[in-house]
Amino acid sequence: MSKLEQFRDETRAWLEANCPQSMRVTLHSFEDIYSGGRNPEIKHPDQKLWCDRMAERGWTVPHWPKEYGGGGLSGEEVKVLRQEMARINAQPPLESFGISMLGPALLKFGSEAQKQEHLPPIARGEIRWCQGYSEPNAGSDLASLQTRAVDKGDYYLINGQKIWTSYADKSDWIFCLVRTDSSGSKHEGISFVLFDMDAPEITTRPIKLISGNSPFCETFFDNAKAYKRNLIGEEGKGWTIAKYLLTHEREMISSFGAAPRESLAEAAIEAFGSDASGRLANGVLRQSLAQYQLDAMAFSATMARVRDEAKAGQGLGAASSIFKYYGTELNKRRNELNVALNGEAALGWEGEAYEGGRLCRDWLRSKGNSIEGGTSEIQLNIISKRVLGLPDA
Amino acid sequence: MTLVLNEEQLMLKDSAAGFLAQKASVSHLRALRDSNSSSGFDPAVWRAMVDMGWAGIAIPEAFGGLGYGYTGLGLVLEQIGRHLSSSPLEATVLVAATLINELGTEAQKEQWLSAIAAGNCQMTLALQEGKHHAPERTALMAVPKGAGYRLNGSKQFVLDASTAQYFLVVARSAGEVGEGDALSVFIVPADTKGLRIEARSMVDSRAAGVLHLDAVQLGVEALLGEAGQARQALERSLDIANIGLAAQLLGLSLEAFERSLTYLKERKQFGQLIGSFQALQHRAAKMFAELELARSIVLQALQAIDQGGDGLSLLASAAKAKLCEVAELVSNEAVQMHGGIGMTDEHDIGLFLKRARVLQHSFGDYNYHLNRFAQLKGY
Repeated sequence: MSKLEQFRDETRAWLEANCPQSMRVTLHSFEDIYSGGRNPEIKHPDQKLWCDRMAERGWTVPHWPKEYGGGGLSGEEVKVLRQEMARINAQPPLESFGISMLGPALLKFGSEAQKQEHLPPIARGEIRWCQGYSEPNAGSDLASLQTRAVDKGDYYLINGQKIWTSYADKSDWIFCLVRTDSSGSKHEGISFVLFDMDAPEITTRPIKLISGNSPFCETFFDNAKAYKRNLIGEEGKGWTIAKYLLTHEREMISSFGAAPRESLAEAAIEAFGSDASGRLANGVLRQSLAQYQLDAMAFSATMARVRDEAKAGQGLGAASSIFKYYGTELNKRRNELNVALNGEAALGWEGEAYEGGRLCRDWLRSKGNSIEGGTSEIQLNIISKRVLGLPDA
Repeated sequence: MTLVLNEEQLMLKDSAAGFLAQKASVSHLRALRDSNSSSGFDPAVWRAMVDMGWAGIAIPEAFGGLGYGYTGLGLVLEQIGRHLSSSPLEATVLVAATLINELGTEAQKEQWLSAIAAGNCQMTLALQEGKHHAPERTALMAVPKGAGYRLNGSKQFVLDASTAQYFLVVARSAGEVGEGDALSVFIVPADTKGLRIEARSMVDSRAAGVLHLDAVQLGVEALLGEAGQARQALERSLDIANIGLAAQLLGLSLEAFERSLTYLKERKQFGQLIGSFQALQHRAAKMFAELELARSIVLQALQAIDQGGDGLSLLASAAKAKLCEVAELVSNEAVQMHGGIGMTDEHDIGLFLKRARVLQHSFGDYNYHLNRFAQLKGY
């Protein structure tokens, strides 16, 4: 038996013994995954137990090094772990911006002390992080951000406002882009700092979206403190880290486009019936559905190919921009199809008959996918300039 | 298997690109066209391809081939698409050899595949009868007669008809037109009595033809495999052929895109490079994203042929439909982005548009394959 097969057997046995039955149900939304933090939102009492058991093995972040709370697994082993979890329909034990965004940036740019301090609590789900990037006047033009950080010796005094800070009202710490110098070009003088949100100088206000939900906040800093030991990288060089982290954010958002959660084809046949030769009776819808499924298939193949090429050292530049652009546009198409398939029932807003307006709210939420983390237009700009080498105006 | 090329495959791709750029490039196609070549390709170039082993790339080693599989052949076909090269590689190697390998008896494979791999045999599939690809509509009849069969009917759009030494003629041995069953395939030598070949020229400057079969009498040895049992092997062969066509469309689309990109970086209007206009940049970026998807689905489909297993039809129709869509987008945009000069015969970009459409329509276009994709998906 190869080492990998042995790993699979052991993993299967461990998961079988340790994954609570209640954690083996399909989640409707990634928002139902446990996010951890000082005051965690508990949707099921077993969530914390499941997270703790996985964290003990480092399997909340199986690809991170062991010394920072990870599992130290190889790419192949991580794949096996995911397959084995999928086999028993196990929920992810923990998902957070600490894992998907800050972690990779800290591993690459953080000092040893910073990694030791911040990574293990992320892996154990003890600290929940949010991202302070956009500002009211710095959206697509992120580098023009104005939140000011003034040097006060061993800390920075921070004043300003962030917007679209996801789950800021539920988070414990923030990784934040601040301006430490405004004398040079806008890309210079930006610093990447971490600070604790549990302070009276910081207030958050949820923003109600068209979906009726409030995943985003406005966040205000009124003489907030960020200690200098929590400056990541050099002062004034935060833009490089910001861009690196954005590629991870884009990959995370684009993955929404990859795996359809329900069978659109079955829903379509149920709604419209099929003709004598088994074809969906509405030919126009049939074509839209086929076009969507074809693109979704080619998109999934592309994500797999780029992952495999990266492992083989062949890699495609700006892959994250292509994924972000295509994946989010695909997800919007899927949601439009879902509405078309379900008709007026997809537009029900509340009540049990409409599952609390789930379809409708998902559809509305999906509109933000091609805006957050850099709009589709920004991704097309990046592809044009960085990949295709097209000239500036 | 991972979706990545290995060293050997990357080397094959590079050497094919180098050879074709030198010996069978777009300017060679133009020269062939302008000389009114009846074969549509240069026999010396074909001989050189044979010498490099291309005729036997996907043919098993047991039958004199290289046994590189279809992933290897697909890489060469991608380069063929890039350079708009014309040769018997498509008709003889991709299509005819595949059908013999899928349907033939061991003795037939021994005889024909080794001849093809050695470059001693040019063969082409004669399938289509109407304006569109529709194998189940085959009406050409094969009736048992004497010690063999008698064939009557005609075939359209037979690639390389004027140079092929043999035709693989698909015939109906029973049943009604519209039924997929009871199809047989016959190996018909070009000089058979009662067979008339009418040369036709196509928009992409390759040679095609119409076959008329008037009481063509064949012996039992002409039957490929078993009588009336061709359906499955024909379907798999057409799946493979369509994946090969998708690989050609990929190369063609990449080249047309790259040429357009170069033009966007050279052409000035309003005192600036037109590639600096965001309206054009975003269209170029969208094409680039589509081309990345196209690359992935073609590679996945090629690897699926070599891996065997079920589900090839879905991947074949997916790859062909996607590449038809992308090739149509890119070839149209290529002309538009070149502006007036793109409409001239003197400029090469129009040649990409022409070859693209012929490849798209061979063995089923976008409409055919998207429809089939939906059917295979169960709706």
